[in-house]
Amino acid sequence: MSHDPHAAHGHHEIEMPHASMRDYVIGFVLSVILTAIPFWLVMTMPLSPGVTGAVIMGFAVVQIVVHMVFFLHMTPKAEGGWSLTSLVFTIIVVVIMLAGSLWVMHHLNTNMMPMPHEPTSQVTGQVP
Amino acid sequence: MTIPHPAPETGPILGKLSMEALPLHEPILVATFIGVVLGGIAVLGLITKFRLWGYLWKDWFTTVDHKRIGIMYMILGLVMFLRGFADAIMMRLQQAMAFGGSEGYLTPHHYDQVFTAHGVIMIFFVAMPFITGLMNYVVPLQIGARDVSFPFLNNFSFWMTTAGAVLTMISLFVGEYAQTGWLAYPPLSGIAYSPNVGVDYYIWGLQIAGVGTTLSGINLIVTILKLRAPGMGLMKMPVFTWTSLCANILIVASFPILTATLVLLSLDRYVGTNFFTNDLGGSPMMYVNLIWIWGHPEVYILVLPLFGVFSEVTSTFSGKKLFGYTSMVYATICITILSYLVWLHHFFTMGSGASVNSFFGITTMVISIPTGAKLFNWLFTMYRGRIRFELPMMWTIAFMLTFVIGGMTGVLLAVPPADFVLHNSLFLIAHFHNVIIGGVLFGLFAAINYWWPKAFGYKLDVFWGKISFWCWVVGFWVAFTPLYILGLMGVTRRMRVFDDPSLQIWFVIAGIGALIVAAGIGAMLVQFAVSIWRRKELRDTTGGDPWDGRTLEWATSSPPPDYNFAFTPVIHDLDAWYDMKSRGHQRPTAGFRDIHMPSNTGTGMILSGFCLVMGFALVWHIWWLVALSFAATIVGAIYHTFNYKRDFDIPAATVTAVEDARTRQLAGA
Amino acid sequence: MSAKTITADAPVRFYDLDEHAHPEGHSTMLGFWIYLMSDCLIFAILFACYAVLGGSYAAGPSPKDLFDLKLIALNTAMLLFSSITYGFAVLQMQRGKVKGVQIWLAITGLFGLAFLGIELYEFHHLIEIGAGPQRSAFLSSFFTLVGTHGLHVTFGIVWLVTLMVQLSKRGLIAANKRRVMCLSMFWHFLDVVWIGVFTFVYLMGVLR
Repeated sequence: MSHDPHAAHGHHEIEMPHASMRDYVIGFVLSVILTAIPFWLVMTMPLSPGVTGAVIMGFAVVQIVVHMVFFLHMTPKAEGGWSLTSLVFTIIVVVIMLAGSLWVMHHLNTNMMPMPHEPTSQVTGQVP
Repeated sequence: MTIPHPAPETGPILGKLSMEALPLHEPILVATFIGVVLGGIAVLGLITKFRLWGYLWKDWFTTVDHKRIGIMYMILGLVMFLRGFADAIMMRLQQAMAFGGSEGYLTPHHYDQVFTAHGVIMIFFVAMPFITGLMNYVVPLQIGARDVSFPFLNNFSFWMTTAGAVLTMISLFVGEYAQTGWLAYPPLSGIAYSPNVGVDYYIWGLQIAGVGTTLSGINLIVTILKLRAPGMGLMKMPVFTWTSLCANILIVASFPILTATLVLLSLDRYVGTNFFTNDLGGSPMMYVNLIWIWGHPEVYILVLPLFGVFSEVTSTFSGKKLFGYTSMVYATICITILSYLVWLHHFFTMGSGASVNSFFGITTMVISIPTGAKLFNWLFTMYRGRIRFELPMMWTIAFMLTFVIGGMTGVLLAVPPADFVLHNSLFLIAHFHNVIIGGVLFGLFAAINYWWPKAFGYKLDVFWGKISFWCWVVGFWVAFTPLYILGLMGVTRRMRVFDDPSLQIWFVIAGIGALIVAAGIGAMLVQFAVSIWRRKELRDTTGGDPWDGRTLEWATSSPPPDYNFAFTPVIHDLDAWYDMKSRGHQRPTAGFRDIHMPSNTGTGMILSGFCLVMGFALVWHIWWLVALSFAATIVGAIYHTFNYKRDFDIPAATVTAVEDARTRQLAGA
Repeated sequence: MSAKTITADAPVRFYDLDEHAHPEGHSTMLGFWIYLMSDCLIFAILFACYAVLGGSYAAGPSPKDLFDLKLIALNTAMLLFSSITYGFAVLQMQRGKVKGVQIWLAITGLFGLAFLGIELYEFHHLIEIGAGPQRSAFLSSFFTLVGTHGLHVTFGIVWLVTLMVQLSKRGLIAANKRRVMCLSMFWHFLDVVWIGVFTFVYLMGVLR
C-alpha cells in the first residue's frame, strides 16, 4: 500500500464534469442574447410595462437554465443525481419563501398599515 | 419612553468598553463571577497538576475524529444546560415571589436578560450541540464509514459553536445581554430602543455559532450521501441516519435565513439602514416573518434526530425490527418539506387576516399527521415484542406520553381563533416546553443512556438513572401543568410582577416542579460520576454489543478504534448488524491493511479564537480590533489552504495489534 | 447503490476485504455545491426583502431616479465575459496547461475587478447624492442585495489570486484541480445571482 499520502488510493481520480469549448461558446452567445434583449426592451419600452416585466422575467429564468447547463455542467447524472436533487429542493424552498413572504406581507401591510387616504381596513371595516 | 441604560461613550482604542461595563453593582452577578473564577481556577489547576494540557491539545482540541468531536459537543451542551437551567430557576423563583406588592428579587433590566438568555442558550447552545454531538458520533458508525466527509471542517464547526457560547457567556460579566426575548424582535431590538451592547452580543454569538452549525449540516449531508458502506442503499439506512439526513437538510436550508436576517438587523444597528425600523419605509413585521421562516424548521431540526433515536431504541429493546420502516422514512421526508409551510402559525395575531391564517392553520394541523404515523409505528413495534425496560426504553415511554400531550396542545394552538386567546400566554410556554422537554430532552437522555456504553465501554449506573428519570418526569408535569392552567386563565408570558394574588399558588407549584427537575439533573450528574467511579464493575463484557443491537455501530468495540472498522462492512439488509449476527458473519482476524486517516489540526481552534475576538470587538465597537481579527481570520484560513499534507496512514501492524486485542476480548466474552 | 441478490449457494460477503478507499477529495464537489445552495438561500432572503421593501421610497428617490441602465449593461457584460474566460481556464486545465490556466484566471480576475470598480463607482455616486442605504428601506435593500453580491465577487477574486499562487507552486495536482472546479462553480453561481439582480432590481425597478 502506498505511503504517499497524496496519491489517490482508488483506481480512479474523482470524476469531474467535462467542459467543452462548444458548451462555453453556446452558453456565452445565448447569454448575451438573453441579456441584450431585456435591456433593450426596458430601455426603449416598445411594450407595456406589465408585458415587459413578464418577458424579462421569463428571459431571466431561461438564462439561468442556460448558465446551469452550459457553464455549471448540470445534468441529472452529476454527483449521482444529488446535484440536481439538491438544486430542485433549494428552488422549491426559495419559491415557498418568496411567494409566502410576498403573500403574507401584502396581507399584513393591507390590514395593519392602512394609509390615511384608504377608506377602510379589511378586517374591521372601520375608518382608521 | 425612557430608555433605562443609554449607550456608553465611544473612544478610539476601547470603543464602548470601560469599567462601567462590569456589573459590580449587581450582587448576583458578582457572586456568580466569584464562583466561576474559583471553579475555573480549580479546573485549570487540576489539569495543570496532572500535566494534561499536552494530552488535551493533542487528543481532544485538535482532533478531527468524529467520535471525539461528538463527545466534546455533548460536554458543551451539558455545561451550557446548567447555565440555562440556572436561568430557569431564577425565573421560577421570581415569578413565585412577586405578588402582593413585592417586586421579587430581579429588576426588570435583569429579569428580561434572564428569560432572553434562557431561551437562546437552551436552543442554540444546549439542544443544537447535543443533537450535533449525537449525529456526529453515531452516523459515521451506523453507515460503516471511518469518519465524516470533511473532518477538518467538523473540528472547525465545533470550535465556532463553542466560540458563540463563550461570547454569550462573556456577556454575563462584561456588559449585558439582550432584553428582547430569544428572537429579538425589532423595533425593540433596533438601535433606538436597545442602544446598549446586549443585542449585539446576541447577534454575534448566534452568527458565529451559526457558521459552525451550517458547515456541520453540509458535512453530515455529504457524509450520508457519499460514504455509506457498499450495499447500503438509502432504504437500507438505519432510521437514525435517515432522520439525521433530514435534520441536516433542514439545517442547511434554514440557517442561512437566520444568518441573513440577523445581518439585516445588525445593519440597522450599525449602519443605520431601515429594514426593520418604524420609519423611512422599514417593516418590523418583515423581521417576524423572516425569523420564523427559519424558526419553524429549527424546531424540527431539534426533534427529528430524536425521533430517530426512539426508532432505534424501540426496536432494540422490543427485540423486533421496526414496524413500517418505509412509512417512517416517508413520514420524515413529509415533515421535512411541510416544515416550510407552517411558519405563520407563530404570528397568527400579527394581523394577516382570515385567508392567510386559515391556510397556515390547516398546514399546521396536517404536519401533525406524519408524526402521529411515527408514533403508531413505534407502538406497533412494541406490540408482541419482548420489551426490556432499560433506561433508554423508559425514557422513550416517557417521551411518548409527554410529547403526545404537548403535540395535542400544539394542534389546539393551530386553530387561529384559539391562538388569538392563547398566543404569548403561559399556555404557549407550557406547550413548547412540553414538546421540547418531552421530545428533545427525554430523547437525549434516552440516547445518552443508549450510546454511552459504546462511547466509553461501560454502562451508566441504573439506580441513579432511575432516580433522575422519575424526578424529571414528575418534576416536568408539576412544573408545567400550572402553566397550562395559568395560560388558559389568560396570564401573559415574560411577566415579572403580578397583581392578582390568586395566581400565586400556581407559580409556587411550578417552582416546586422546577426544584424536582433540579433534583433530577443533580441525580443525572451523580449518575455520571458514580458510573465513571464504578466503571470497572459496569464494564461492557459483550465486546461492544451490550444491548444486542441491530445497527452497525454495535459491530465495533466499545469504544471503537480510531478507524472504526478495520474492514468496511458489506450491507445486505436493513438492521445490518442484526443481519450479520443472524447469518453467522465471521469477523476477519487477519489480512489487515494500512488505513488512511485525516491528521489532527489546531487551525479550527485558532480561527474560531480569531472569530471570538472579532465578535467581542464588534459588540464593543472596537473597530481597529475588528479589522485586525478579521484580517487574521482571513490570513489564517488562506494559510491553512497552503497545507496540502493533511492525512497519514495507520500502519497495518497497528491495526493488527488493535484487532488482535479485540479478538482476545471477544473470545473471553 | 443496489444490493446484491444472494443465491442460496453463494457465500455471503459481510466484509469488504479488498477495499478500495474513496479517492482523495471525492466528497468535495458535492459538498461545495451544497454550500452554494445554502448561499442561494441567503440571496433569496435578500431578494425577498427587496421584493417586500423595494417599493418603500420614504418620499425619497426611486429606481427611475437613480439607475443608470447603460452602466449596469456594462457591468453585466464584465461579469459575463469573466464567466467565459473562467471557462477557458477550465479548458486549459483539462489540457494540463498550467500557464494557460494562469493566464485565463488573471483575465477573469481583471474582468471581476472591472465589475467591482464600476459597482463601487455607482455606490459612491448614489451616496454622494443622498441616496445612501440609510435613506429608505428601498435603498437599504438595494445596497444590501447588490453589495452582498459584490462582497462575494471580492472573496472570489481573493480566492482566485490565492489559487494562482498555489498553481504556480504545485501545478495541476489533484487538489488544485478540485479547487479550480470549486471556484468555477462559485464564479458561475455569482453570475446566476447577477441575472436575478439585473432583472429584478434594475430592470424591474425601472418598470415599477
